[in-house]
Amino acid sequence: VLRIVAECGRSRARAGELRLPHGNVPCPVFMPVGTRGTAKGLTAAQLAALGCRICLGNTFHLGTRPGSELVRRSGGLHGFMDWPHNLLTDSGGFQMVSLLELSEVSEEGVRFQPPHGGEQILLSPEKSMEIQNALGADIVMQLDDVVSSTTTGPRVEEAMHRSVRWLDRCLAAHARPQQQLLFAIVQGGLDRVIWGSRFPAMTQRDVPGFAIGGLSGGEDKAQFWRTVKFSAEHLPRDKPRYLMGVGYATDLVVCVALGCDMFDCVFPTRTARFGSALVPWGSLQLKNQQFAKDFRPIDADCGCPTCQRYSRAYLHALLRSNTAALHLLTLHNIAYQV
Amino acid sequence: MRLKLLGAGGGRLGSLAGLGRSGAGALALPGCLLYTRTGAAPHLTHDTLREVRGVPGVAHIALPALAEIHDVLEEYKEGAAKFMGLPDAVLYCSLHDPVTPCPSGYNTNKMVSLWGSSGRMEMTASKFMDIQRAIQPDWFQCISDGDTISGEAGRKRAKKSVDRSLSFLDICLQLQEKSPELQGSVMFGAIEGGDILEERLRSARETAKRPVGGFLLDGFQGSAMAKETKLKLIASVTAELPEDKPRIIHGIGKPDEVLECIERGVDIFESFFPFQVTERGCALVFSYDCHPDPEATVLTENGTQDLEKNGAQEDQEEVSKADPEMTPFEISLKDKKYHDDFGPLLEGCSCYCCQRHTRAYVHHLLVTNELLAGVLLMMHNFQHYFGFFSAIRDALRDSKLDQLKELVFRQALQGPANTTLR
Repeated sequence: VLRIVAECGRSRARAGELRLPHGNVPCPVFMPVGTRGTAKGLTAAQLAALGCRICLGNTFHLGTRPGSELVRRSGGLHGFMDWPHNLLTDSGGFQMVSLLELSEVSEEGVRFQPPHGGEQILLSPEKSMEIQNALGADIVMQLDDVVSSTTTGPRVEEAMHRSVRWLDRCLAAHARPQQQLLFAIVQGGLDRVIWGSRFPAMTQRDVPGFAIGGLSGGEDKAQFWRTVKFSAEHLPRDKPRYLMGVGYATDLVVCVALGCDMFDCVFPTRTARFGSALVPWGSLQLKNQQFAKDFRPIDADCGCPTCQRYSRAYLHALLRSNTAALHLLTLHNIAYQV
Repeated sequence: MRLKLLGAGGGRLGSLAGLGRSGAGALALPGCLLYTRTGAAPHLTHDTLREVRGVPGVAHIALPALAEIHDVLEEYKEGAAKFMGLPDAVLYCSLHDPVTPCPSGYNTNKMVSLWGSSGRMEMTASKFMDIQRAIQPDWFQCISDGDTISGEAGRKRAKKSVDRSLSFLDICLQLQEKSPELQGSVMFGAIEGGDILEERLRSARETAKRPVGGFLLDGFQGSAMAKETKLKLIASVTAELPEDKPRIIHGIGKPDEVLECIERGVDIFESFFPFQVTERGCALVFSYDCHPDPEATVLTENGTQDLEKNGAQEDQEEVSKADPEMTPFEISLKDKKYHDDFGPLLEGCSCYCCQRHTRAYVHHLLVTNELLAGVLLMMHNFQHYFGFFSAIRDALRDSKLDQLKELVFRQALQGPANTTLR
């Protein structure tokens, strides 16, 4: 899957390409998040025109609305969204942490009470694979037992061991190994002793790629990068390393240097919808009065369609009356991150 | 600006040429404007708008949004079109936004109230011209008093609307002469007069005496005026106007009403209607194809007969749940029945959405409150609406306007004739 083209002499960074069912993707790569089968306000054509060749769909959300069976009948998530390039779906496990009040974890799986009504759902490794097989993404993630990165104690160790057992169940249940690549997820909090004990088990499994999960949830930055470094060092060199949920531009640079290849984060798209434009020196809150008469583009060096045509002052004015402003910012922010 | 008429019966088929700074702009008549909000088509970025076919050559922007950034435009100096990233566009600036309600009772002899996102703004003739100097539009509606639509206006109020508007017009024409920035701009005189025939005629005749470049039929918005009165007044007004200047009407958007106005001498319409349809999660599906494929007609006619039996009851339920503003020309994609409908919004439609996506997908986007719903629906609704105007011009050319009328009026009563375009 991963073909390494170059490796940095001083850091652990590498450049290469991912050979995926819907085409090759140069890496390191940032993957925009299209949770419910849409890259927010952007059309599939716009997203592709920005150079994006892989983006994310969310198993939990799509599995509840409109349901995996409907997506399967639409030609899978590719057909549903009319996306000709690659897709990656997560397992639905992250919602365990983000929607914690509504879930209950056991060896069987995770029981959810869907926030929009309906019966309780059991998301087991088998069920997650079933949904992801129906959605048809090029890369699918194992269901892992997610704990918040700030959790300590025996729960952490329990989660790690369970994740290995769940990986095996996912591998067994995966019905489309030729068309869909199943990635394993290593995590378990920030305690390196515990990590160290478990790594060999995970990395022994013959999966096409590994993800580092359970981070980017509010943990201390110093701990964060140490964990990323440790994880990347212990994952095989010749397989892609996907750092889930990261992130901000600075983090992207640091983590590439630490040896990560793939990234996803809702931040650029979400912040665009609040009127915030990302720039190399931070971000511009375009709703602020200070931009009312600023006739420069967001970033003079940016080649995206928004910066080619519009000024900060115009975007400031447009934000008041037209959702097109949000789309223009989304275009810019994704172009920036990608 | 040059208006050329091709002398078809039943409507003024022709074109406007020589528009805009470059003189290269054109608008086919009868036609509509591109509705924008602060210079961008609603929900659409420049590149998504490019995917829509038949976008009209003149863009419509409402004054309130620009008035709120008057100081910005003054500092910018190069005009609103360039500021909004549309340096080559031909821009028409109307006094009000067709979609924003204008409460009644806020105008005086010297001042008209405008309604924007930060509330009410008071506009005198001279302030109005100051702002237009900063905007530098290609066409603009002269400030006028159109506050006669609430239905409570009587003869006296109607007379006032005419007097005030003429007074504003004369002041503004004088100010325009002294404004170098506005030498290339065409002023449209607003014809007011409420629902009083005498006043309407007076307004039309007096306005026509002034050196305006075109006319705007104002005060016909809303539903207070009786339909017959409205149509009679429109016909009477246009009869007083010179043939060689364009006539715009505000506030008319539904397909049947558009046809009625075209028959009565109106040239140009706004396109806020497809935007309103989009905002209620609906898609335009009315047919304007007078030459349907005979085979398809047989199939769909047979199909409709079967559906009629079940359809009637279903429609009742649907109507009671649907948006009260919904017209018979559209379908509501939020309806549960589209949850697994894998057909396009409208069979035979060549728009971006219908070529690539399904009703099920749009339904999903609406149910999950995704922004993309508005984008896709706007693309479809605009393209369909622009296609309608193209069909009108074709019908005039081929002397088939009566057939088109019959088709559209039938749908105004019954709903979409069939769900295929051809």
